[in-house]
Amino acid sequence: MNVSNLAQIISENQSALLEGWMTDLFSKIRRDKASEGELRQQAMQFLPLLAASLKRTSDIKIEGEAWADVRQLLADISQTRARQGFTPIETANFVFSLKEPLFNYLSTALGNNPQQLSEETMLASILFDRLGLFTVDVYQKAREQVIQRQQQELLELSTPVVQLWKNVLALPLIGTLDSARTQIVMENLLQKIVDTGALIAIIDITGVPTVDTLVAQHLLKTIAAARLMGADCIISGIRPQIAQTIVHLGVNLEDVITKATLADAFVIALQRTGSTVAFHNSEH
Amino acid sequence: MERIPILRMGRLLLVTIQVDMHDRLAMTLQDDLTSRIVSDRATGVLIDISALDIVDSFIGRMISNTAAMAKILDAKTVLVGMQPAVAITLVELGLTLEGVSTALNVERGIKLLERGST
Repeated sequence: MNVSNLAQIISENQSALLEGWMTDLFSKIRRDKASEGELRQQAMQFLPLLAASLKRTSDIKIEGEAWADVRQLLADISQTRARQGFTPIETANFVFSLKEPLFNYLSTALGNNPQQLSEETMLASILFDRLGLFTVDVYQKAREQVIQRQQQELLELSTPVVQLWKNVLALPLIGTLDSARTQIVMENLLQKIVDTGALIAIIDITGVPTVDTLVAQHLLKTIAAARLMGADCIISGIRPQIAQTIVHLGVNLEDVITKATLADAFVIALQRTGSTVAFHNSEH
Repeated sequence: MERIPILRMGRLLLVTIQVDMHDRLAMTLQDDLTSRIVSDRATGVLIDISALDIVDSFIGRMISNTAAMAKILDAKTVLVGMQPAVAITLVELGLTLEGVSTALNVERGIKLLERGST
């Protein structure tokens, strides 16, 4: 397992390798001025680290201690790429593009020894495959983190409970209700009932795209929990199609007050809490 | 023997549960409460569980039963002061305490009972 030739070739031909690498890379990636300088800089950091790691160990298992620097740099690069919206292919190409110029140098250096050439090529190929896969792996993880963070933000953003009037709360639901969201909606609603002492909560489902049996069950759970806290619920914003779906599914909403619009629900809520709305003829 | 105190407020009875419930205590409470409803000619019962952090199916059933007993004696029961976490747990357990009126706190509960009796 002798890869010291590889290390030697890399350190001796660094600038030439860099040029070949960059040419190859730019033919594969979207070119824009901002990233060109950045790419070049990252590549310049990468080559010495790679050579150093190859000198330090003959082992090409990149999980090892000797490869820590290389891994760190690649991880940083991949994470930045993932956040900047590069595709996985573009990210992996950073490593893979180095293969071709490096193999050219290998074959020039070891042209008189075909046996060694094929061995070294094989080793280098395995090494670069591993580095490439590592890059994609980190890229994938970074993307997953982004998605998770967005989901969390969505959860927090989409469950506000607002006070419409003394003793009247409104809960405008937007998006599909799954059990995780129901839990948060329920907690927010109940806490707000405690804080404001509300008697009536209006759950507006105008923004809920579909109501299936599961969503209906979640709604009924929320209503039951609010009732245990001494608050009545009104469901509003039921679109015609949803009314049809509810009946076709056989969901029982008979014990719940339902209104077509939030305005209607609000009027009922005011009546129940002993307030009235009056219109005065004014001259404006 | 430990007992849960029953306070009288006009024609209403107030029961505040602050300790862990067990069989014997529940039986004693139901005995005491039914006797008091009759002797005090009470029209309403308030059960305050604001001090309970955990309500299991046993307490849930005990409350339902007590409310049903009071109803036979023509007294309306209102369960008051449930914590949000308790409400969520009960709903997840499928115990929605049908037939028991609820209110946010004792004050609201009294209002509810007074409105019902007039």
